[in-house]
Amino acid sequence: MIKENPLPKKIKRQNSSLILENVSISYQQNLAVRNVFLKIPKKRVTALIGPSGCGKSTVLRSINRMNDLIVGCSLKGRVLFEGTDIYSPKIDPVEVRRRIGMVFQQPNPFPKSIYENIAFGAKINGFNGDMDFLVEESLRKAAVWEECKDKLNESGYSLSGGQQQRLCIARTIAVKPDVILMDEPCSALDPISTLKIEETIHELKKNFTIIIVTHNMQQALRVSDYTAFFNAEKDEDNMGGKVGYLVEFNLTKEIFNSPVQALTKDYVTGKFG
Amino acid sequence: MKDRVQLLHTAKQLNYKTFSRKNILEKLQTAIAFCLLIISIIPITFILVYVLIKGGTQLSIDIITQLPEPPGDDLLSAGGIGNSIIGTIIVTTIASVISVPIGIGGGIYLAEYSSGGLFSRFIRFGTNVLAGVPSIIAGVFIYGIIVSTKLIYGSNYSALAGSLALSILMLPTIIKTTDEGLKLVSDDLRRGALGIGASKFITITRITLPAAFSTIATGILLSVARAAGETAPLIFTALFSFYWPQGNEILLEPIASLSVLIYNFALEPYEAQNELAWAASFILVMMLLALNIIARRIGKLTMDNKSN
Amino acid sequence: MASMVAIVLIGILAFIFYGSLESMARFGFKYLITSGWNPVSDEYGAFTAIYGTIITSLAALTISLPIGIATAIFITEDILPRKVNEFIGLMVELLAAIPSVVLGLWAIFVMEPFLRPFLILLNQTFSWLPFFGTEPRGPGMAPAIIILSIMILPIITSISRDSLNQVPKKLREASYGIGATRWTTIFHIILPAAISGITGGALLALGRAMGETMAVTMVIGNSFNFSWSLLAPGNTISAMLANQFGEADGSQISSLMYAALILMILTLSVNIFANWLVKRISLKY
Ligand SMILES: Nc1ncnc2c1ncn2[C@@H]1O[C@H](COP(=O)(O)OP(=O)(O)OP(=O)(O)O)[C@@H](O)[C@H]1O
Ligand SMILES: [Mg+2]
Repeated sequence: MIKENPLPKKIKRQNSSLILENVSISYQQNLAVRNVFLKIPKKRVTALIGPSGCGKSTVLRSINRMNDLIVGCSLKGRVLFEGTDIYSPKIDPVEVRRRIGMVFQQPNPFPKSIYENIAFGAKINGFNGDMDFLVEESLRKAAVWEECKDKLNESGYSLSGGQQQRLCIARTIAVKPDVILMDEPCSALDPISTLKIEETIHELKKNFTIIIVTHNMQQALRVSDYTAFFNAEKDEDNMGGKVGYLVEFNLTKEIFNSPVQALTKDYVTGKFG
Repeated sequence: MKDRVQLLHTAKQLNYKTFSRKNILEKLQTAIAFCLLIISIIPITFILVYVLIKGGTQLSIDIITQLPEPPGDDLLSAGGIGNSIIGTIIVTTIASVISVPIGIGGGIYLAEYSSGGLFSRFIRFGTNVLAGVPSIIAGVFIYGIIVSTKLIYGSNYSALAGSLALSILMLPTIIKTTDEGLKLVSDDLRRGALGIGASKFITITRITLPAAFSTIATGILLSVARAAGETAPLIFTALFSFYWPQGNEILLEPIASLSVLIYNFALEPYEAQNELAWAASFILVMMLLALNIIARRIGKLTMDNKSN
Repeated sequence: MASMVAIVLIGILAFIFYGSLESMARFGFKYLITSGWNPVSDEYGAFTAIYGTIITSLAALTISLPIGIATAIFITEDILPRKVNEFIGLMVELLAAIPSVVLGLWAIFVMEPFLRPFLILLNQTFSWLPFFGTEPRGPGMAPAIIILSIMILPIITSISRDSLNQVPKKLREASYGIGATRWTTIFHIILPAAISGITGGALLALGRAMGETMAVTMVIGNSFNFSWSLLAPGNTISAMLANQFGEADGSQISSLMYAALILMILTLSVNIFANWLVKRISLKY
């Protein structure tokens, strides 16, 4: 089995927003993901796919230092964001999260009004422009303006699940990050809401670098330009626990049409996972 | 070149700025919260230290086995707390004997028999209200209906009156924990038992109660610990006594207890009595801590069993 | 058997109400607003004790609320290692297990002498304020307030901790995910979500403080002379009951019952409101 990661040569350093260099992540003593090399291109959509438990969320959360919130989670290697190692001790994780926003699997609006949901992030990030305009702009970009415009002062929970998720996307956009991370943003949603969110993602990639974790192969094919396929295997050094690793990273159409690794082929054709 | 500038820009933005307003505020808030945290553990630390040192160092066989001496009789010694230890145990035991069956019965009724109607809602509400009644009120109540009226065989201050006052305080806790403990037992277990033809009574006594045993036991022990430390309900019900409880009317006579001894002797102007109050505090705190630890052990046991 | 609760509760209420009728008829509303307790001339007014009950419990709550909430935040936010948090939690529970008469003993012999220089300083600096207008001489309302705030600290801390733990993790993540700092998250997201539980806990603590007897009666000075000053000796309803009830007779008993009735009404209304609040939050999540 070939263990080296074939990197798409086409992505130049300057064109990449994020570079993962030999990243390994552990929870307490247990290695969860090992030796990931990735170059995430700017203003493109990159999908992370792979079977459950292979560490997609773990990798995603390491990109904006969300893993800092989990006691005992540690990272080796380097994560470069526009050339800066975000794990260097000089870095302020709060600033990192301002530049790299996150949308979660479960819609999680704040228990505040729709308007406040959007305005909160902008306010704490020192925004002092026209708030009404920003709220409308963000909701429009996330394609929920029509549903929200008449009830901006109602609770975020008064929306449907799909609308809530788009509200969460709008909330992330309002902070004006460079990168948006999405962890299975559609897994709790019905097909129609899913389609709406996918359309939103298409819109967003004009301005943002997007990384999306998905279980849905069709979705990866529909929304992403690049795809990274992860897998997990038994690791003897790790007390027999499973460790995730990157199998293959390439243009999405390459991954689905002519994958290099046999494992990738098996996965995208549905033979396992 | 342009890229270089961009890169440097990013690095600068992401750097941790020790003196930015935001970061100073963060540090300040953490520091304030930390100070408050320290303040919150200072009192208990000093209380424990004083009880251990001032009380623990005086401990001797004599103190544990002798009777207390009335203040002023002997300026050097105040005697011991033997009868108070026994008194506390007797009064608390009687209080448990009264309140545990009633409390468990009431809890069973609420959890298993009541249909969530008006009556059971009222009882649950009443239980909460009773739990909030100040303990001194329980003392006033028992004084009024038992002590001052000499209701029980013509005796006024008595161990029994003290126990009754304590049992009023224990009752709501026991009802609540029984009710909650039983509600935690899964309905499958009940249906299983009823399904094989067990009567409701058998199901409760053989299946549900044992399953909720440790929750209930924890609750009972904690309420016993609380009652054993109570003073207010005892000062004008059980009163105090300088003698050993004896004879066949123990329960109808005033009885000593550690907590009332501490109260009475703390307020005496004699140093010997004050010292004895510290010794009694040491014994009382140790007894209560032991009860608390046992209660928590039992509580933990269930958690472990359930996770297995 | 469940009806025992109702019988006892109604019994207590009826007994106290019935007992206080005589005094109510004699003094009526005036009882609540006059001070003075004179068994010889049979004149009673509970204002000193009512003022003492309310002011000591409110002041104690004011002191221990920020301390308790900050402690709860600190141990739920993983700022310190988990072992340290567990240790602090244990200390808080230990404090809850110490009987109030032992706290009173400690307050008389350790806390009050230790506090006195600070209280004297308080008096010297703020003597123009009625609350600090008298010179502290040992027992008084201020030591009672401090020991009460120590007593209710475990209630506030543990209920706040439980309410904070109930705030869904995803709200915290959402806030951090848009670049909020720790304390922004705490003040704008987590505390608002936990606020009704914390308020319920604070009210339960207030009810406890109002009814607390032993530690208070041991350090408050048990004086019937009214003074606005917190540094002067004072009284609370429960302290008054503890001191007077055993020896009282005749119309004094009725007047004490009247005071007990007021105490019941105060604590019960606070408790019922608190339970209602706590129940409301437990339904929400
Ligand atoms: N908070 C945590 N503490 C300890 N171990 C964790 C934690 N989160 C994840 N793990 C472990 O890390 C490994 C990778 O988990 P991760 O959630 O990243 O997988 P995933 O690919 O996102 O799976 P899924 O598709 O089910 O979301 C798993 O073995 C998991 O048990
Ligand atoms: Mg995941």
